Amino acid sequence: MTETVERLSTAPVPVGPVRRSDSPLAVVRRWWRLLTSMRTALVLLFLLAVAAVPGSLLPQRSLNQSKVSAYFAEHPDLAPVLDRFRMFDVFSSPWFAAIYLLLFVSLIGCIVPRTRLHFRATRQPPPPVPSRLDRLPQAASFERDLSPAAVADAATTVLRRGRWRVVRRRIGDTVEVSAEKGYLREIGNLAFHSALVALLAGLAFGKLNGYEGSILVEEGSGFCNSFQQYDTYRNGPFAEAGDLTPLCADLERFSVDYEDNLTPARFLAELTYTRELGGPASAYPLEVNSPLRTDGIRLYLTGHGFSPRFTITYPDGSQFTDISVPFIPEEQSTLASTGALKLPDRPGAGAGDTQLAIEGFFVPTAASMGDSRLISVDPRPRNPAVAIVVYEGSIGLDSGAAQNVFRLDQRQIERGVLERVDAGNLLVGQSLELPDGTEIRFEGYRQWVALQLSHDPGQLTVLIASAVMLLGLVCSLVVRRRRVWLRCRPADPGAGDEAASRTVVDVGGLARADSGGFSSDFAALVKQFSNHRAGKD
Amino acid sequence: MAVNDSLAALSDSAFTASIVAYSVGVVGFAGEYAFGGRGRIARTSREQTAAGGVGTETVTPVDSGAGQRLGYLGLACTVLGAALQVLSLAFRGIASERVPWGNMFEFASAAVLVTVLSFLWLVWQAPRLRHIGVFVLIPVVFILVYAGLILYADAEPLVAALRSYWLVIHVATVIIASGVFFLSFVLTVLYLLRQRYDRSVAEGGSMPRAIARLGPRLPPAAILDRLSYRTVAFGFPIFTFAVIAGAIWAEAAWGRFWGWDPKETWALIAWLVYACYLHARATAGWKGVKAARINLLGFFAMTFNFLIINMVVAGLHSYSGLT
Ligand code: HEM
Repeated sequence: MTETVERLSTAPVPVGPVRRSDSPLAVVRRWWRLLTSMRTALVLLFLLAVAAVPGSLLPQRSLNQSKVSAYFAEHPDLAPVLDRFRMFDVFSSPWFAAIYLLLFVSLIGCIVPRTRLHFRATRQPPPPVPSRLDRLPQAASFERDLSPAAVADAATTVLRRGRWRVVRRRIGDTVEVSAEKGYLREIGNLAFHSALVALLAGLAFGKLNGYEGSILVEEGSGFCNSFQQYDTYRNGPFAEAGDLTPLCADLERFSVDYEDNLTPARFLAELTYTRELGGPASAYPLEVNSPLRTDGIRLYLTGHGFSPRFTITYPDGSQFTDISVPFIPEEQSTLASTGALKLPDRPGAGAGDTQLAIEGFFVPTAASMGDSRLISVDPRPRNPAVAIVVYEGSIGLDSGAAQNVFRLDQRQIERGVLERVDAGNLLVGQSLELPDGTEIRFEGYRQWVALQLSHDPGQLTVLIASAVMLLGLVCSLVVRRRRVWLRCRPADPGAGDEAASRTVVDVGGLARADSGGFSSDFAALVKQFSNHRAGKD
Repeated sequence: MAVNDSLAALSDSAFTASIVAYSVGVVGFAGEYAFGGRGRIARTSREQTAAGGVGTETVTPVDSGAGQRLGYLGLACTVLGAALQVLSLAFRGIASERVPWGNMFEFASAAVLVTVLSFLWLVWQAPRLRHIGVFVLIPVVFILVYAGLILYADAEPLVAALRSYWLVIHVATVIIASGVFFLSFVLTVLYLLRQRYDRSVAEGGSMPRAIARLGPRLPPAAILDRLSYRTVAFGFPIFTFAVIAGAIWAEAAWGRFWGWDPKETWALIAWLVYACYLHARATAGWKGVKAARINLLGFFAMTFNFLIINMVVAGLHSYSGLT
């Protein structure tokens, strides 16, 4: 059907066999046409979908470095090969970028000519009536006791009321009416594809100029927005240290509300923050799902836990009072946590002196005490306890190798330079005395929260682009492009204009493929054409 | 906020009853499929294909008799099953004082309900499609049994991270899209069967017995094709909105609107595949069977995201989360 009748879509004509020519321009043009063809878009879309699959099934460095390391340990032969193909950084790999950049170019190459075509199409009147209306997918005929002009008037009124674009042409005694509607479909489609380009641009802009840092903060302390302070930090290549929006925040208090079955119902971090050093402080109740938004930066509550507090008294009477370190929850339901305390050199210690290190297991509510293993039964700190193992020797902080702050370096223990000296379970206020007389006292706990500060200047663009995309998509899928033609000719052609009071009307209709329901709409239109009286609105 | 246990139990009973209702519905529709309207397809398919409509326009009364009565029974059971499912979800929501789509069990049940409601709407529009209800209800019963046995979770309150109105919006729209895509999947399978049947008839070749049996009673291929397109065209913007809503929620909850989390990645994959499907239908050489296969692939991606990503990949995640 689309072969005999003019195409209703301004979609690019499928690439046919192109005449071979070897001039460079012709080659470029040939490649360009191939790249911007529908079929290529189809293949690229599909490729992008396939390319994303390994990124979702294999561990990714950007999501979880330790899972990648674990994968390397488990598959020592396969992992390096996969790594060579950037399978652990799929979404930042060159081959993934190649696919979406090609799609991006194809998209632009597709939008530009179609916009031009559509612009032209909207300025042209609906095309003249085809010679054989009965060949159209929708066709009907009827007669009316009115002159051709009057029938055409009536039909025009009906169509205009239905917001069709109508053109009348007069050929001798015959009056022809062409009407078209549904231009919004193509506009929506173009808006959708253009917004997709804008979305990708916003995404890229945000990535290049944004940054993100995360930090653990204990109750009673705070942090400021600067590269050095963060535990982990990631920034786009165009984000500079000097660009960081000034912000300092202190954690006053943190609390969790629980349901009866210990499902956490609400996390609340009561913050005070200032926008400039020494400036006025404001309070903000930071909760999950409700970040602090100020001046293009957003501060999130992403986790929480406990930091057990200890006081260490050395045999010589020197003391570290009230030192604490964040322990990492191993079990979210009970908040049983592990961590390590690496004590710095004691006051007045010499270069060769031994260092102390403590490995610990903290439970907010201990079920049993004594020599047995600690068991946590409740995430609320009802009966906090720690199990500690104390080591003496060289922690290895000065070896230069990076250390996990939450764990002791097991290699130091294996090498025998860090030796286990004692272990015990402690409730708040209890202490453990080491053989050399050093006393370790469990003072209690502080709570900590994990905060994340993000800046993404592309976010608003992406949001607006997605809204336009959605709107365009709905128009493009809901609006239907249709054409209707009427040929109104006198039933008795010889009788002259005045006498021609009876008219034969041929009606034809064309809907783009996939626009169901047209035949009933068409039938309704035809019925109106045959009943409506001009001037009677 | 305590869970109301008696209401939760009532919800479970309604759920079980809905499975029973649908099962009886299967029997009804299967009866109609087997006995009903001998020869009517051959009579109407030509006009339907030619008309370019959706079957809504060429509705003529179907044959009366035992087949039709069984069909009405099937339809009544479908309506009853859907009503029971609505009750089941409503009781669950009231029992746990939250929207009843907080875990996989509730999600599966709600999505299937959407499928059934879409099918009922389809039959409302085109009564002569009623007998394909058997192909809709059989997988529906399977999914519900699977959900009840494997995915079942007690009615419980939500964790804090899920207490957001975005949960209501995002998950509700994903459910609607999934349910609609599932109907499209069924229609596409039927289309491919019918297509295969038509081709064998035209070429005079042999065909598997199942196709020879089912084929002639299926609606014309053109109608099935158009319906699967229109269900996707309906579901796709909803799914697009759901993904956008998910991104907005992720921005508020996790600090970034997109992070290539496996769940997000598979949502994108499914979205891309359905975009491929819509493109394929407008691309010469891809219309018809090839496009239909892409539709199947799209639903495969949706299912994979729901089952495998939730249970296997996320399971690995929590496993290796133990440092
Ligand atoms: C990320 C890439 C793309 C996505 C997600 C996408 C998505 C879509 C969707 C959902 C539709 C359906 C709307 C409708 O049926 O009216 C559509 C239609 C269309 N797209 Fe794309 N598209 C993409 C890239 C492209 C490219 C690169 C081209 C150009 C070669 C293109 C050309 C078209 C055309 C011509 C239509 C209209 C089809 C018709 O006439 O029905 N698209 N696109």
